[in-house]
Amino acid sequence: MIMAIQRNMDPKKCPMPVQDPMVRRNNFDEVALGYTYEMAVNEAKRCLNCKHKPCTTGCPVQIDIPAFIERVANEDMEGAYQIIAKSSSLPAVCGRVCPQEKQCESKCVRGIKGESVGIGRLERFVADWHRENCKDAPEMPRQNGHKVAIIGAGPSGLTAAGDLAKLGYKVTVYEALHLAGGVLVYGIPEFRLPKVIVQKEIDNLKAIGVDVETNMVIGKVLTIDELFEMGNEAVYIGSGAGLPRFMNIPGESLKGVYSANEYLTRINLMKAYKEGSKTPIKHSKKVAVVGGGNVAMDAARSAKRMGADEVYIVYRRGMEELPARKEEVEHAEEEGIIFKTLTNPVEVLGNEAGEVCGMRCVEMELGEPDASGRRRPIVKEGSEFVLDVDTMIMSIGTSPNPLIRSTTPGLETNSKGCIVTDGDNGLTTREGVYAGGDAVTGAATVILAMGAGKAAAKAIDEYIKNKN
Amino acid sequence: MYKIVRKKELNPTVTLMDIEAPLIAKKAEPGQFIIFRAKEDSERVPLTIADFDREKGTVTIIFQIVGGATMELNTLNEGDCLQDFVGPLGKPSETDGLKKVAVVGGGVGCAIAYPIAKKLHNLGCEVHSIVGFRNKDLVILEDEFKAVSSKLCMMTDDGSYGTKGLVTNALEELIKEGNQYDEVIAIGPVIMMKFVSLLTKKYDIKTIVSMNPIMIDGTGMCGGCRLTVGGETKFACVDGPDFDGHLVDFDEAMHRGTMYRDFEAHAREDSCNLLNKEVK
Repeated sequence: MIMAIQRNMDPKKCPMPVQDPMVRRNNFDEVALGYTYEMAVNEAKRCLNCKHKPCTTGCPVQIDIPAFIERVANEDMEGAYQIIAKSSSLPAVCGRVCPQEKQCESKCVRGIKGESVGIGRLERFVADWHRENCKDAPEMPRQNGHKVAIIGAGPSGLTAAGDLAKLGYKVTVYEALHLAGGVLVYGIPEFRLPKVIVQKEIDNLKAIGVDVETNMVIGKVLTIDELFEMGNEAVYIGSGAGLPRFMNIPGESLKGVYSANEYLTRINLMKAYKEGSKTPIKHSKKVAVVGGGNVAMDAARSAKRMGADEVYIVYRRGMEELPARKEEVEHAEEEGIIFKTLTNPVEVLGNEAGEVCGMRCVEMELGEPDASGRRRPIVKEGSEFVLDVDTMIMSIGTSPNPLIRSTTPGLETNSKGCIVTDGDNGLTTREGVYAGGDAVTGAATVILAMGAGKAAAKAIDEYIKNKN
Repeated sequence: MYKIVRKKELNPTVTLMDIEAPLIAKKAEPGQFIIFRAKEDSERVPLTIADFDREKGTVTIIFQIVGGATMELNTLNEGDCLQDFVGPLGKPSETDGLKKVAVVGGGVGCAIAYPIAKKLHNLGCEVHSIVGFRNKDLVILEDEFKAVSSKLCMMTDDGSYGTKGLVTNALEELIKEGNQYDEVIAIGPVIMMKFVSLLTKKYDIKTIVSMNPIMIDGTGMCGGCRLTVGGETKFACVDGPDFDGHLVDFDEAMHRGTMYRDFEAHAREDSCNLLNKEVK
């Protein structure tokens, strides 16, 4: 029974307890420590439970946000979890990595005259509470006798897998790497998303009957046509982004130039951050990370933790234009990352041994807005200078992986190599083949990939039901 | 999973293993590679496929013990399993329309050159093989090459076996004798591939080299394996590993290959102690 709640009218959200910046910049433990029980209940009471629920329209997976928050306010944590779980397969992940300030929280009525409700923080609290307090194995859904194959065990594929398994499908997820999780394990660092949490979410999927096959590069070891021959009635491609972009400036092949993907994969997936790790990585002193997204923040903060004295974010637009989550930028600043905004590299300088010894840059200024609506950066005349660095990490995006499109006849891709889909349900130009996430959109966010996986799961269910 | 069904020491530093991997064996083609991890916490290491048996479901790898990861692999024996074995990655070598080819292998690179020589031979192509080793003790796959080549030139640096000299000496001689090759395929140390390519450029003979740079995932994600080919950035894992030898920037590739040399040396020393313990 839901009781009347004494609302908390504090205009500010309860701050997130965090590890001290001076301490955390030397370790890989999680930065945000999470709300306590009391904090969560108090914060939940800030929600007005408004009838028109604007927050839910900002959520790519349409969680019934006021309903779960109401449960938290009433201290029914498991009830809150069950509401979230109806819409999201990976709440502990989303609560940590979603750009809430651009999504649900941007629509919150409390945000008009103060700060929005801390929806992301509450989601995280509920998911963590469930993981720690509820040990019941999830119930095995009744099988409906139909098989679906999913390519890629990242956020998009895992979401589609979870939704389809709950509907009774026999789901097999094929993962190219030796570990499931996609960007959640190779890209996002431990200090932002502990890997035990990802593993637990994957274990939950396995418990409801999802098979995860690692070391399977679809397009090479099996083609999509063969997946159909094996009895799958539909295939979902969530193969993620892929080839890292470089700037095509001189010196990018010098030793000490990394793609963010390589740098982060060495540290996260291959555990180079752990003492005695067998994974080689450069122990840099001065690092420039080129780019302004979440991946750039992750790379910069990882470099700091790996022992670099000076770490720069080099971004060609201004602080206002940084595409990263606000919290990541704030955390990076607190940890001593130096933001060189309105700056663009033009050449990487190398020494005789072929190692990076500097980066020639130019200053930029912002002109008229371009097609993306952001003000176009223009080079400031005569502003050239050299930034003294020994490592450069390129974090300027990726282009989709070519492995599947090159081995799947009839699968159309656009000029950028992204898989073409029909509207929101993810149907590709091949019957029974659906796609979503970065493979379709190019590099985007975890939650958008999950939203695509969710929409495709629904479409696949309808497709198979209509077919049979 | 990924059981070692055969292990054979080809020379004191080079080992052959047949690995049970039926799905990979079914699809593998010469020129493609696999990535292995010997144990749970090992590095991911790419190795070009040396052979495969589609019926038995095995993939053959031949590796030189150079760093921690290959040392660790070499501690495993018949019946043991590899932690991970993924492939076939990269594009297969192109063999269409070739009538006469010189296959040049250097050192453990011969392990990769052999399956291509074999495939060409089976397709009815005339194969001249030139293989080079530092000395007699390091020679591998001699009989195998003989069986698929109408001519085999065995070269050693010190003259302890075959002819003393470099593979490029033998290749130039064959070209001068009037052999008209549709293509030269060179696989071995980067420096060897560079000099073979410089030589064939002089004679204007198309040359394919197989690059083996540092990589992690092998599927086009990390970008560590990038090379400059004809002035463009290419990724060995998805665009290669075969490239036009006349376009590859070999000097850059050699530089990049030394990125973790110190780390590897340390790993070798650390592993030596570890291995000693394990042997005991």
